[in-house]
Order: sequence, then C-alpha cells, then structure tokens
Amino acid sequence: MPAIEARGLVKVFASRSGEVRALDGVDLTVPEGTVLGLLGPNGAGKTTAVRVLTTLLTPDAGTAAVAGCDVVKAPGDVRRRIGLSGQYAAVDEYLTGRENLTMVGRLYHLGKKAAADRAAELLDRFELTDAADRQVKGYSGGMRRRLDLAGALVAHPPVLFLDEPTTGLDPRSRLGLWDVIEDLVRDGTTLLLTTQYLEEADRLADSIAVVDHGRVIARGTSDELKAQVGGERLELSVATADQVAVAAGILTGMGHGEPQSDPETRVISMRVDGGAATLMDAVRRLDGHVTVVDVALHRPTLDDVFLTLTGEATPREVEPA
Amino acid sequence: MSTTTTTQAQQIATGPEARTAVADTLAITRRNLTRLMRVPDSVVFGIIQSVMFVLLFRFVFGGAINVPGGSYVEFLMGGIFAQTVAFSCATTTVAMATDLQGGIIDRFRSLPMWRGAVLAGRTFADLGFGAITVVAMAITGLLVGWRTHSSALEIMAGFALLALFAYAFLWIGAVIGMSVKSPEVAQTAGLIWLFPLTFVSNVFVPVESMPSWLQPIAEWNPVSAVALSLRELFGNLPAGYDAGDSLPMQYPIAYSVAACLLILAVAIPLGVSRYRRAAAR
Repeated sequence: MPAIEARGLVKVFASRSGEVRALDGVDLTVPEGTVLGLLGPNGAGKTTAVRVLTTLLTPDAGTAAVAGCDVVKAPGDVRRRIGLSGQYAAVDEYLTGRENLTMVGRLYHLGKKAAADRAAELLDRFELTDAADRQVKGYSGGMRRRLDLAGALVAHPPVLFLDEPTTGLDPRSRLGLWDVIEDLVRDGTTLLLTTQYLEEADRLADSIAVVDHGRVIARGTSDELKAQVGGERLELSVATADQVAVAAGILTGMGHGEPQSDPETRVISMRVDGGAATLMDAVRRLDGHVTVVDVALHRPTLDDVFLTLTGEATPREVEPA
Repeated sequence: MSTTTTTQAQQIATGPEARTAVADTLAITRRNLTRLMRVPDSVVFGIIQSVMFVLLFRFVFGGAINVPGGSYVEFLMGGIFAQTVAFSCATTTVAMATDLQGGIIDRFRSLPMWRGAVLAGRTFADLGFGAITVVAMAITGLLVGWRTHSSALEIMAGFALLALFAYAFLWIGAVIGMSVKSPEVAQTAGLIWLFPLTFVSNVFVPVESMPSWLQPIAEWNPVSAVALSLRELFGNLPAGYDAGDSLPMQYPIAYSVAACLLILAVAIPLGVSRYRRAAAR
C-alpha cells in the first residue's frame, strides 16, 4: 500500500473573476519510504494539494489516503501520522524554540517529560541548542525553518509533507536543510515535497510530478523527464536587438522546431542534435550576418523540462505585443 | 467560574475526547499567557486604560450626573466593570486574527488536537488578563470612594457573574477575529460594535434619561442587566432607584446569566466551525 495515494482530486476556489480550479483532477502515488517532488510554478496548485492531503482543506471531488487513512473520512487518524512544514514557518515568535517544540509535543499528547525530551533531542539534531531558550523572533530565516521542520517531526510521523521548505532561504541554509531532509529519508520517512526549484527536486526526489494549472502534466524520475525533453540546447546571444530575428531566421531548420528568441535579452535558443559540430556549423552560418556575442551548448536540465512542459519560456511570444 | 467553563469544554468534546480537550486547551492557554507575559505592553496599557476610565468618569462626569439617593462613583463602578470587560474582547479579536494570518494555525490544524482548543485557550488566557484589569479597577475604585454594602458572598457572586459575562464576550470577540481578513480589519471590527452596545445601556446614565424609543433597547441590552446585577450584588443601588419595568430589569441576574449562556451556546459552535474552515491566507 502506498504511503500517499490520491485519485482525481479536485478543489475549486471561488474568486472575483470566477472559479479557479486549483486542483483539476490530480492523481498521485507515493510508495512508502520514497520522495515525491511536486514541481510547479507559483499558483500551480502545489500548496492546495498539500493542504488537501494534510486535511487542512476538503477536496471537492476525488479521494486521498495518507498512511492508509482517508483524508476526508478519518482526518484525525491522518493527523496522527503526518508531519507538515509549510511555506510560512509555523512557529510562535514570542515563545522560545524549546517552548515551541514542547507545546507541539503536548498537543500530540506526549507526556510532559516525553515532550521535553523530544524537544531537546530535536533542538540538538537541528543545531538549535544554543538558541533553544531564546525567543524565536530573534531567529534567522534558516533557523525558523529548521525549527518549523523540527515541529513537524515531533511525533516521528511516517509521512512528511514539506511545502517549499527552502523558499526564501540563502544558499547555505538551503544546503543545510537539504542534508537534514536527506537524513530523514534515509531513516525511512515518506516525503512529499513541493518546490519551485528544479535543483531541489533533482537532488531530493525519487520521482517528480510536474504540476501546472491544477493538473499533473508530467511525471517520472528526473532522468526520465530530462529524456522526455531530449537533445541539447543551443543558446547564443547577438549584439543588437534587430539581429535577433536575422539570427533566428538563419538558424531555423538546424534543430528541432522554431528557435525561441527574445529581443530584449538578445538571446536565441533552440533544441539541437549533433553536439559541437552543430554549434560550429551554426556559428559559421551566422558569421558575417550578425555579431555573435556569446554561444553555448546546454545539456538538458530539469529547468528545460519545466519550461518546456509549462510553456513558461514562450508567453512573451504568445501574448500580443 | 473556571468550573463552569471547563464543564462547557467537556460537553463540546463529548466522551473519551474530553481529557484531550482539556489538555489541549491548557497547552494553548499556556502558550497565550506566555505571549502575554513576553509582550507586557498590552497588559500594561489595558490596566492603564481601565484605571483611566474609572478616574475620568469619576471626576469628569461625576460632578455633572446626579444620582438621586446615592453617589455617582457607587453607581458608576458596576457599569464600568461591565463596560471594560466588554471592551476587553477587542483584544481577543485582534489576537485571533493575528494568529490566523500567521502560519501557526496551520500547524495547529495539522495536529491531532481538539478543534476547539485554539479558541478555548485564547479565551481562557484573555479571561486571566481580564481578571487583572478588574482587580486594578476595583482598587482604583476603592481609592476614589467606591464602597460595597453587601455580604462577601454577594460580592463574590458579582465577580463570578462578571467573569461569565467576560467569557461570553471573549467568545464573540474570538468569532469576529476568525471572520475578518486581517489583524488591521480586526482592530476596527473588534471595537466598533462595542460602542453602541455599551453606551446604549444604563452603564453611565440612568435609562430614563434616554428618549423613549431607545429605552427598551437599553433595558434589554445584556450590558445593562450585568451592570444592574453588579450594582445590586455590590449593594450600590441608590435607594428608590427605578431600573425599569421590563423583564431584564426586574430580574437582572437571571437575565444576565441566561444571556451569557445563550451567547456561548451560539458563539462556541460558530467559532469552532469557523476554525475548522479557516485557511491561513
């Protein structure tokens, strides 16, 4: 039995401009002990999915079970088996780190001593012992996130939900948090993670579901998704804006599909095969017509997957000028 | 007082969940009291404000308003206790709205805790805060000439009634706090309804001085009934004081208790259901 199983989840929000289908038939399966990365731009429905799976929202249609418990029929049982760390650190500013964790322990109905011991253990694990008895309002962003994550772990939940755990953190804190998360997963915790950072999904997730407009538009391992986009990408920039169209015209037909160009940044990019030979060929053809300022050949990254699938790279061409 | 309210908490939880409900409520109450102590400004200003009101009304209005057969300060105290306690629920509104806007409510809602604990813990903590302001006002009152003329039992009954009234109003404040979109809105929304409610009453002036169409409203206002009950229980009613013929004014204590219980019976389920649905942001 998978640790998380969702079928046809729908959640509609009423808004001033009509209905927003935040979830529009989402299916998810996360086998026990694995990490699913929910990847998508802002407003894709990632947070809504997490809120439904953690019983904070009731779905309008569809079913979901977490750790074998139905999120609608047995929300209390679900809550006993999950930990949630949200986008906004859910900690009390005026309590100390220790008081925050002890309170959560008490609310999980650990005894007084058990709650205090667990708090001390987590503070130690998350390197917060020195700050344990200071009020959280003096904590850095990274420390708050660590404390929040510690709060989610108080009751040793078998299933953990992390909603954009590193958004807004500096790179160093992000790396630190990734280490902590990797440790958890090694210990067998099932994790559903949402993120806007492809690097994060690439590093932490066993499988990735790309979400956009409330739907899962692609799923697979990071390698599978990269293979789905395929090939390499040629990217070059030219000296002036009026050269962009000229260069794009010359490059058409050399790769897959139309070259994508952006007059503002003067960058033209195109999917190609043939590696360095293609690059040389392209530069030769452009020589004398435009001034090439920079040229590079990119191996596919999850960014390419993401941009290709969500179409975020093209809106400028789609929108009327 | 605390026995009444604990019983209520248990009734909502029903059965085996009752112990959980009490434990969860205590944990949240403790959190809120800790916050109050860490940010003592609100406590200090709350005390200053209530003391200031006693002094202002005693010395500014005291000379202008004539209470036949009694002194204004004795007439005033029962009313100003009721008024101050009613106003203190605005703090609850803001605190609730602030909690909702932060992420902490999501943490609470994802925990296997009793659904009413966040509200009950808030109202209990604020009741404790209210008790401090009442003590400060009572001392101030005694210093400026207020005296009770009744038995210790009656005085205790008066403060118990005041606590029940405070608790009912704190729940109204909590429900409003759960209903507004931001703490900024809560600042206004939490206060605005309290002005007509406390002023269209017998708190500061005898009802008979009001236009006849306003008198029934003032007489049926629970704030009036509580103020009148306190004056009765503290032995502060001027001789021959005519409260009015209406039912609440004839039986102010029974009416006050009934009104408070009715408020709680509506506000508690409403608050808990709003809590269930409340989504931070």
